[in-house]
Amino acid sequence: MTPLSPPLPERFGLPARWRGAVFGVLGVVVLALLWELYTVLGPEDGVVIGTLTVLPRTSDLAMPHLATMFARIFEPVTGAASARPLWQAVAAGSLFTLGIASVGWLVGVIVGLALALLLQRFRLAESAILPWIILSQTVPLIAIAPLVRRWGAQLQFGEFTWESWMSVALIASYLAFFPVSIGALRGLGSPDANHVDLMHCYAVGWWKTLWRLRLPASVGYLLPALRLAAVSAVVGSVVAEVSIGLRGGIGRLIVEYAGSAGGDPGKPWAPIFGSILVGLVAAGFVGLIGLFLRRFRRGEVSI
Amino acid sequence: MKHRTTRLGTIATVAALGALVLSGCSTSGGTGGVTDAASAGLTPITLQLQWVAQAQFAGYYAAVDQGYYKDEGLDVTIEEGGPDIVPQDVLAAGDVDYAISWVPKVLGSIEQGANITDVAQIFERSATTQISFTNKDITTAADLTGKNVGSWGFGNEWELFAGMQQAGVEVGDISLIQQAFDMNAFLSGDIDAAQAMTYNEYAQVLETENPDTGELYQPEDLNVIDWNDEGTAMLQDAIWANADKLASDPDYADNTVKFIKASIRGWIYAANNAEEAAGIVTAAGSSLGQSHQLWMTNEVSKLIFPSTNGVGLIDEAAWANTVDIAMNTKNETGATIITAEPPATAFSNEYVQKALDELTADGVDVMGADWAPIDVTLNKGGN
Repeated sequence: MTPLSPPLPERFGLPARWRGAVFGVLGVVVLALLWELYTVLGPEDGVVIGTLTVLPRTSDLAMPHLATMFARIFEPVTGAASARPLWQAVAAGSLFTLGIASVGWLVGVIVGLALALLLQRFRLAESAILPWIILSQTVPLIAIAPLVRRWGAQLQFGEFTWESWMSVALIASYLAFFPVSIGALRGLGSPDANHVDLMHCYAVGWWKTLWRLRLPASVGYLLPALRLAAVSAVVGSVVAEVSIGLRGGIGRLIVEYAGSAGGDPGKPWAPIFGSILVGLVAAGFVGLIGLFLRRFRRGEVSI
Repeated sequence: MKHRTTRLGTIATVAALGALVLSGCSTSGGTGGVTDAASAGLTPITLQLQWVAQAQFAGYYAAVDQGYYKDEGLDVTIEEGGPDIVPQDVLAAGDVDYAISWVPKVLGSIEQGANITDVAQIFERSATTQISFTNKDITTAADLTGKNVGSWGFGNEWELFAGMQQAGVEVGDISLIQQAFDMNAFLSGDIDAAQAMTYNEYAQVLETENPDTGELYQPEDLNVIDWNDEGTAMLQDAIWANADKLASDPDYADNTVKFIKASIRGWIYAANNAEEAAGIVTAAGSSLGQSHQLWMTNEVSKLIFPSTNGVGLIDEAAWANTVDIAMNTKNETGATIITAEPPATAFSNEYVQKALDELTADGVDVMGADWAPIDVTLNKGGN
């Protein structure tokens, strides 16, 4: 049963697929150690150059111990008898935000792909629309979030009414479509000129060229773009939730718990961990999509 | 075959995750408003708050919970605000029927074209203060010279600037520091005098452990500059209505009286039943700690009761003072809130007077002359 050549190099006595996970965990542990070390060894008033604070204070208020944050997660949200544990509240908020971010991601991916196809098909569209796509990302989110909510509130078709969470999803999609459109456009344009010429020689139409050549070639560009879009959708959701104070999600918890930063320093960190978790789950979900497209993933680029 | 099974496994995982995500979405249908499905015959009314649910709005939540709005034939939905939600803009755009906002902030919007009216001045007194630790020796606005002074900005700074201007302190004499949602900058000493609402940030400090004593900070540790005492207080939480609709729609004008009437009853209930009112707000979705919520209920009641003229009646002298400060106080960029007197439609006592008359006829005490606050003990972290 000895293979002629080992399929995966086994350094450190670990299969390669586990190595990534081990190093990932190790990275988190190192970060945690650095945090704790700094709170012990760092100067109490932080490092200040001129009037600019370069490194934070080491007080329990500014940098609570990790133990404080973790212990806090298992305590109830408030002192009320009916209060549930903090981790439950954060988990519920995370799921809510994940749901909104997924809707935003889906819409963003569809719009991004459609734009990329349009730009790929018509040269004129590329020069006319591409600058606008890039410009769109310079609009400050917090400025448009309340506007989107207000415009949405005026929408009504029959039974359908625009809910506030849809505004948040729309903003998530606004952030998510950008990497998809740019990544897909590059991917669709990535086949070698001689491959495209070959298609021409065979008198293959644009659609078939797209299906047989351009789409498979774009996968390597598309996957990192999708992952980036997933993370952007999560960030967009949280920021928009904060902005309009939407109840139920991580953003709202961040706003609500901020006030207890003084008396209960561990509490405001809980939703931050929640949003990190949502980002990881979202990125992991895109990783699953990558499994389906394995055979197209030659020469994947990283963005 | 092995390849096949892993792919099937992947499909199953993706499907499961997708289902999870969709179920997360379907529960998000509600907007968090307080609605009643079986509201046959009631007029639907939406109220826009200026922040998320908390005891600052206890009276409105109590009026919903106690059925006061329903008694008046109104089915009231409360829309929460957020950091970037501007209630007066939402109201002027016609998305809601009434909004809660501070007078100075709305005066600016009115000058820019929002046609809305202050129909009931619920908070008679201002809750904005500038607090500092006693060792900083800041007891009057004049003492702010040369200090690091915190402010939230965004229209929350005018009482501070008016107080300084009155004391002869120029904006250039202080170093103005942008304050965050929390009081950490104040607690760590980056801010000498921080802006604090009596019902919120002041309590946040008192819920924090003093590292020198191991106990919570005490009121004795703090100096408070109260703008009510300094004479530069401005009018805060008021009920705003759409001025065009008040003039053109008799039903809306009628509902305005009913809405104010039930809201006042809600505030009377909150003032006399602080524990219950705090519980109602928590049940409505606020995640503030128990003692903090109770403190807030008690403190906002102090802004209303005892009432000078009856809850909600706009005191013309206080209004004139607010307008005067809005026209003559310059901020750090040299701008004032407004450049000219607001139009006559900016406030009206017509509706609140009717509401007060009806309440008095029903035997409701709208003055609260004998009302006294309760003693609230704050716990660590507000819990």
